[in-house]
Amino acid sequence: MNGFRAILARDLRLALRQGTDATMVVAFFIIAIVLFPLGLGPEPKLLARIAPGLIGVTALLAAMLSLERLFQQDYEDGSLELFLLNSNPLTLQVCAKITAHWLTTGLPLIAATPILAVLLNLPAAALPVLLFAMLLATPSLSLLGAVGASLTLGARRGGVLISLLVLPLYIPVLIFAVSAVDAVLLAQSAKPHLLLLGAILAAALPLCPLAAAAALRQSAD
Amino acid sequence: MTDRFAGSNLTCIRGGRLVFKDLAFALGKGEALVLRGPNGTGKSSLLRLMAGLGVPADGTITWNGESITDDPPAHAERMHYLGHKNALKSALTARENLTFWADLHGTEAAVDDALEAFDISRLADLPARLLSSGETRRLALARLIANKTPLWLLDEPTVGLDQTSVERLADLVSRHRTRGGMVIISIHGPFPLESSRTLDLGTRS
Repeated sequence: MNGFRAILARDLRLALRQGTDATMVVAFFIIAIVLFPLGLGPEPKLLARIAPGLIGVTALLAAMLSLERLFQQDYEDGSLELFLLNSNPLTLQVCAKITAHWLTTGLPLIAATPILAVLLNLPAAALPVLLFAMLLATPSLSLLGAVGASLTLGARRGGVLISLLVLPLYIPVLIFAVSAVDAVLLAQSAKPHLLLLGAILAAALPLCPLAAAAALRQSAD
Repeated sequence: MTDRFAGSNLTCIRGGRLVFKDLAFALGKGEALVLRGPNGTGKSSLLRLMAGLGVPADGTITWNGESITDDPPAHAERMHYLGHKNALKSALTARENLTFWADLHGTEAAVDDALEAFDISRLADLPARLLSSGETRRLALARLIANKTPLWLLDEPTVGLDQTSVERLADLVSRHRTRGGMVIISIHGPFPLESSRTLDLGTRS
């Protein structure tokens, strides 16, 4: 576990010192959401109706913005080779990278959500479910994204390629997160949707680090 | 136990191009091997295979008779690989960079000794982006001292180093050897190394 802690601490420290990367994701999230009321006009009913979808889609795009830098810098400066060449399991080291990614992108997105929900006139009753759905969904975004990021290492225009690889995988996460909130708005139970989100996370948690580690090994060859 | 690091019958193919074939080497305790040869003859490729970054197309590399691919974590723990890239983060201080790799290596770490050994103690609390390229290289080399390992694989370690630092490195290499360590080093210029063997990848084949 030493390796996990060392990498997590290093990545968090780097994110703190190079604050622009982490704040950029939240800033994009907020600005993109703010654009919608401006573009659609002041219609509280319409905004409330589409709020869950807007927040879901924008959070997903914002999370994707940060994926390219997940392994890219370590790949370029040679750190990745040393990740492959130490006695800690590579999967564990990848888990540390993903955890750091979630803490610096997923968590700030969740923190910014309540204000944006108010801005979009989302009924207060739906907010707890929205936050809980995001709590389940954003780790899945980081996990699935890590697979895409590791597969595209070394490719030119990697950022575009990541989007093409990862966006289709994000669709189930988006659908269940949004339908959980919609269920509350329609006075139905959000539980089945949240359970499905949890199931995606439970499957991604062991599988994605394994897949990403395998892809990273390939990239070094 | 006398350690022995050896490879036999090695073939390396990169991007469909044959880099070298039927290459063999063997090292015992305290021995050094210098890899020489023009650019593109496979010095770096050979060192990467020795480190375990990739598998040879043919042949095996062994430590005490056991293939290094059988137990990669054990091989990782007994060696240091210094490639062309320094693996340093410019936003972290010199000490933070070194401490991170020392922690990750997992064995007992002596970060202060390592900084002292390459004369970067007084730069220890500066962000790595403020170091010159030679100082950055010295910081990367300090990893060799921070964790003790029997095997050093150095790929052109002297790039960017001044004369004093080259002598310091040569001194540390010879001390490492007197303690029974092994060194494999690829280098172009002169490097003071007593009683070492040379493998010239340019003239074989």
